[in-house]
Parts: sequence; structure tokens; C-alpha cells
Amino acid sequence: MTERSDHTSEGVEPDENRGIGVDKWVAESDDRRERHSGFRGRIEHLWEILPPAGKLALLTPAIVVPFLPISNGNLYNYGIFILIYALLALGLNVVVGWAGLLDLGYVAFFGFGAYIYAFLSGTHSAAGHTYTHHWGAERTIPIAVLVCALLGVFLGSSSRRLLGDYLAIVTLFFGQAFVVFTNAANPAGITNGSNGLANVDPLTFFGGRIVIDTTRGYYWFLLGTVGLLLVVLYALSESRTGRAWKASREDPLSAELMGMPVNRLKIMAFSFGAGIAGLAGSIFAAVQTGAFPQNFGTTVLIIIYAVVILGGSGSLTGMIVGAVVIVASNQALDSTSPPNLPRILFYAAVIAAVYFTLKSWPQRLAAFGGTALFGLLVHAIVGSVWSDGTAGEVTSGGFLDGAIKNWVLIPTDPSRLAVYGYLMLIVSVTVLVQLKGWWRIGVLVPTLYLTAFVWENLMIQQPSVTRQVLLGLLLIGVMTIRPQGLFGQAKVEVV
Amino acid sequence: MNANLRQQLVNLTGLGVALIAWTLIAVYFGPVPAGTSPWVFFLQLTVNGLILGSLYALIALGYTMIYGVLKLLNFAHGDVYMIGSFIGFGVLTVLGGPLSPAIPVVLLVLCMFSVAMIGSGLLGLAIERFAYRPLRDAPRIAPLISALGVAFFLENSALLLFGTSYRNYDGFTLVSYDGLHLGGDAGVFVQYLGLIVFVTAVALMIALVALVRWTRLGKAIRAVSFDREAAAMMGIDTDRVIAGTFFISSALAGAAGVMFGLLFSQIYHLMGFLAGLKGFTAAVVGGIGSIPGAMLGGLLVGLVESWANGYLNGNWSSLVVFGILIAVMLVRPTGILGTPALQKV
Repeated sequence: MTERSDHTSEGVEPDENRGIGVDKWVAESDDRRERHSGFRGRIEHLWEILPPAGKLALLTPAIVVPFLPISNGNLYNYGIFILIYALLALGLNVVVGWAGLLDLGYVAFFGFGAYIYAFLSGTHSAAGHTYTHHWGAERTIPIAVLVCALLGVFLGSSSRRLLGDYLAIVTLFFGQAFVVFTNAANPAGITNGSNGLANVDPLTFFGGRIVIDTTRGYYWFLLGTVGLLLVVLYALSESRTGRAWKASREDPLSAELMGMPVNRLKIMAFSFGAGIAGLAGSIFAAVQTGAFPQNFGTTVLIIIYAVVILGGSGSLTGMIVGAVVIVASNQALDSTSPPNLPRILFYAAVIAAVYFTLKSWPQRLAAFGGTALFGLLVHAIVGSVWSDGTAGEVTSGGFLDGAIKNWVLIPTDPSRLAVYGYLMLIVSVTVLVQLKGWWRIGVLVPTLYLTAFVWENLMIQQPSVTRQVLLGLLLIGVMTIRPQGLFGQAKVEVV
Repeated sequence: MNANLRQQLVNLTGLGVALIAWTLIAVYFGPVPAGTSPWVFFLQLTVNGLILGSLYALIALGYTMIYGVLKLLNFAHGDVYMIGSFIGFGVLTVLGGPLSPAIPVVLLVLCMFSVAMIGSGLLGLAIERFAYRPLRDAPRIAPLISALGVAFFLENSALLLFGTSYRNYDGFTLVSYDGLHLGGDAGVFVQYLGLIVFVTAVALMIALVALVRWTRLGKAIRAVSFDREAAAMMGIDTDRVIAGTFFISSALAGAAGVMFGLLFSQIYHLMGFLAGLKGFTAAVVGGIGSIPGAMLGGLLVGLVESWANGYLNGNWSSLVVFGILIAVMLVRPTGILGTPALQKV
């Protein structure tokens, strides 16, 4: 589903989807026409000419349904998380997706927003100081957004001199400096050190005339905010500034020569993104009635990046879908989710990966059938030689308990074996990519079985770490397989 | 004398003047704990800083070499260092632990170093193969993000495998608590272990310089750093050279990891993050892409950190290091011994 192909030659106004590489686009017009024939092509074409609002409307049911089983009737809670990450991703998308600047200090703006809101709407006393601001949200949220935008200008001004990697590392330090600032420095008790600021007022507008303090209320407030922001960002991306951002991302030198103020554009992108992060932060502080330093660390940064990268940097729809997918899978890999859900998701992902990597049906059948047989064989052999090797308990097995117990090796004390298994898995995957053809199937079968072994004996017991491992893998995988993500547009190199 | 060399000489002179000025300021105005002479305190911090700096220099060398061949900042380098440290610990444990080593201590330490270096070198090869090789021709932002993914993956894998608890090398029990007293009992104290670490680091650096200067692989690495496409056209297998560079760089990081474990005893899964940042700082301060620059930068970062720890509150030492980094990047992005990158159009 590339998005840059809805053009026929009727002289319509060119839209952003055409991107910069028009030459290649023109050269591929025949291929595109070819692709649009047939049923699948027609569907793709319909999808492409659908305006963004329509896409979202179609996607909404697809978004909501998967949550029903895991939500325990608490759908609004998930909605809040998704919307906050969507908000953060939309902001990061301005910096990374449109302006093409790698901002690794982004999460600090989120933190600043939260701390500003928390500081200005609650009573805190630390280190001999007591602060009692109970300002209304109609003042605190704009203040948080403005302060963050100004900090964004400050951080962005370093992008005048620094490019690419250097900029990334300076922003990373900025994020690090934020953590030190809140945790250790704590000047005059304003951040309350590692304890953070608790007991923060809910969203209170106009001296208590409008108070939002229920989960449901927050959900609708966030939904409205995200909707509004989508409209604003859509307009922005079509505007002069939005187009200038994309041009300076593709080729700063040419953009400069065409008269675009590239440095100012970069700073604008930084401060715009920072402002949105500040907005997200202030709402986040209200939702969880507090601001705590551990909420603004590297993990959150990686999650936001995963959302942007998976959704497809540059695409607004992608940010929403990315937020849904990442937050949902994150929540599914939680210790509170229903017993078999993480397991099913994991195996489904592995099977899908194998399915798409192997191109022909005989190979696929050989891989899956071989793995099933191999498992039974190994289980039988080990079971007869070493009885403890199969006598362990299946972790949260549910209705799959029997199947797993009779297929995967689950030793009574798997701790050490699982570690070796994990290391072996890394080695065998490395070997696997070097191989071709049927050799690959031969190694794939034990590797798959090893994956199951490691999952059942190690990963499923620590879901919160596992999901971070998988997030890291996701970033690598998306980058190498489909750098444009789900909804982004492929880069077109013009030579 | 060309302009670049002149610039480097000016930088070095400036650095020398700044260091002398700092020495005088620190000795005459710096706060000193009761009962110590200001010179001894200063020299003690300097010795500690040099030992720490030799470790940072090893990490910085990895950054600089990988940056040289790929023009890429390997975010995962700090985590390779962490893994190296854990591999060293694994060897130590398998061979009986620090209290009752199964083989002579010299052999044991040698084993730890060599296994950790080979292990992290192989890890570097795998990282290159998975995260960077598919992205050779991608836009610059792509490998950075995938590097971020690798770093996150390694950190959390270590967490998954080893848990949050610290592992203890107990290096001083293993080798010796003793050391050299320079200038009598009230003088500067140099622990043997620190000395061993420093000498090992210097030996590795000399080996690296020799390798880069005199071997075929080294020549190829220099050629690829200079111009990858042209090197490929001259028949150099660039993929192989890049893989080799990753192996060497990661092996150095692994050695640094073992040294850290020996010196500071406690290792844990997040130790790579800060060390990686500091190593990167060292590489940039010295001039990224320059091997002598990375060594100089590493020593400088170690010294600054040690002085900041001695004269300021410990909380601020990393911020001071990063402040210097940002200042260097803004004022002189090419660092002390770097060459200015020409922007090709």
C-alpha cells in the first residue's frame, strides 16, 4: 500500500504523497496502472483515494475490536494510553517524519510538560519549601506548551551547527540532563527528587466550572485533543511550512538554495514537536495525578519511536495506527492480560514472519511440519533420557496447557538452560540469515523449536522485559524490512 | 605545513595551555579534604583520571573506527561493552570465582580478556550483519534508529538473562589491594590493578595503531574510511573490511568492559549507557574518525570526570562531561585532532 500512486494524468493539483522524486514517479506510471487492475488493485486504489478522515473511520472498528478481549471492560483506560502515545507520536512525527531530525531528547519535553502541570496544580512540599499553586488547566496547559516550545527552540538551536548523529547525541544528553535535573538536582525542592510530585489536581477549567476527573472524561477530552491536533497538523503539512520541512528533509542544500530558511525551519520543527509533547505531558500528569521521573526515561522514548517508525514516519494515519498497535501489544504482553494472549500473539508473529520470509509453499510446509515433528521427537527423546526435562509447569497455559506440555521441553528448573537457550537462539538466527535454500529450512526447524523453548521457559515469565526486547527487535526489523513503516511513503532517490 | 595540521597544532597548544591553567587553578583555589596537600590531591585525581580515561579511550576508539568506515554512530557500542563485561564475569565464575580461582591469576585474567574480546567481537559482527548491512544505502536516519533498537535489545536481553542484580568481579581480591606509593605514605597511591588496566589499555592501543598502519586489513580500513566507493572500485571487499572494523572495535569495547569490572567490581545491565555516552564524548572531543584523537579524548574525558568528582559534587560529574561535549561540538565540531568533513554536493 504505497500512498504515492493515486495520480492519473488529469492535471490535478499535486499532493504531498507524490513526494520529491517525481522523476521516478513518472517513470513508474505504467507499473502503477498495471497494479490497479484486478480485485486487489481496485481495493488498493479505493484505499488510496480515500481521504484521511475516511481511512480513520474505516480503521476505527479494526482498532476497537482487538481490545475487547484484553480490556476487562476497561476500554477507556486503554483508550487514554493509546491517545497519549498518539499525541506524542504526532509531535515526534513533526520533528522526525517531516523535518527529518533525529530528536532523542523528545521524552524530556513530555516530562517537562508533566512536571510543569504538576507543579502548577497541586500542593507540594519538599526540602523545606512548600508550593501551593492550584491554577486552572486553562492557564497551566498553555504555559506547559509554551515553556516546552521555548525549550524546543533552545534545543533546536543546536541543530544550526550539528547534523545527523551529532544532533542525535546532543538531544540524547538533553534527555539525560532532564533525568538528572528531576532526580538528583532538585533545586529548591521543585521536583521532589526521585519521589516525584504526587497529589496533582485533575483537569480543572475556569475555577472549577469544568472538571474532568473520570477515566471516561479524560478519554473524551484526549480524543477531542487528538482530533483537533490531527486537523491542525493536516493543514500544517499541506501548508507552506509543511512543504518546506519536507523539502529541507530531502535535501537541505537545495532547499537553502531555493530560498528556504533551513535553520529556522529546523528550529520551528523542534519547537512544534516539543510543544505537542508538553501538551501530552500536562494531560498525562493530570491523568495519573502526578509526575514521576521514571515515567520519562529511555523506555518511553523507545515506545514513542516504535510508534512513529511502525506507523510510518510522515504519515498522520500511521501515527494513530502505530499507537494502537504498539500500545495494544504492549498491554497484551502484560502480566495482567488474559492467560494465553501473549503466547498466541507471539506464536502468531513468529509464524507470520516465517510465512512471509519463505516464498514457496513446499518450503513453508516443510518448515512448519518439520518443526512440529522435530518438537515431538525431541520431547520424546529427552523425556525418556532425562525425566526432569519435561516435568516443569507451563506458565499460564490455559487451554493450550496440554499441547505445550507435550511439545515444548519444560524442565523443572529451567533457569540456566533458558539462558543458554536464549544465547543459542541468537547464534542460530545469525547463522540462519547466512544460509540459502533448503539448508535454511534445515536450520530453521531447530531454531523455531528453540524459540518456543526460550519463550516458554524464559520470556513468558518476565513479560515486561520481554516486551522491551521485542520493541528493540521491532525497531531493527521495521528499519531493515520496511523503513517507511505501515503507512509512510517510500523514499524515492533521485539521482 | 597545511592548514589542517596547523589547526591541529593550534588546538593542541590551546589544550596544553588550558590544562596548565587548570592545574594551577585547581591546586591553588580548589577545595581540598583536610590533611592532604593540594598537589597530592590533584595528582591523585589525575592518576585516577588517567586510569579511567584509558578505559574510555578504548570505547572511544570503537566509535571512531566505526564512524570512520560507515559514517555512522553506533549507539549500541556502549552495550557491547556491557556484554563484554558480563562475558568476562562468566569466565571468572566458570573458572572458580575471585576467591578460589582454579588456574593461576595471570592466566585467568588473560582468559577473561581474550574470551570477552572474542565474544564481543562476534557480537559486533552480528550487530553489523543484522542492523547495519541491510541499511547501507538507506537514508542516514535509518541506521541510527536501528542502532537505537539494537541498544535497547541488548540492554533488555541482559536484563532478561541476568536480572537487575549487580554482579561482583571483586577484582582487588583477585589481583591485589596493594599498590605503589609515590612520594611516601602521604603521597600518590597507584593501585597495581589500576596500573595493570592502564598498561593493558595502552598495549591494546599500540596494537591497534600497528594494525591500522602496517597490516593489509589496516590499509583497507584506512582506504574505506577515506572513500568507500572508491575503495570498492579498487577491488577492496568493503563489506568484509567493515565487518572487520566492527570486530576490532567491539573487541576493544569488550576489553574495556572487563577492565571496568576489575576496577570498579560492580557490573549491571545499564552500565553501557553512560559509558557509551562518555566514550562517544571522548571520540568527538578528540575528533571523530581520528585514532590518536580518540585516545587523547578518552584520557581527557577520564581526567575531567575524575577532577569533577574530586572538586565538585559527584552528581554533577557526568553533566560537566556532557557540558564540555556540547561546547566542543558547538565551537569546534571537528574536535582536537579531527579533519573537517567536506560537504559533497
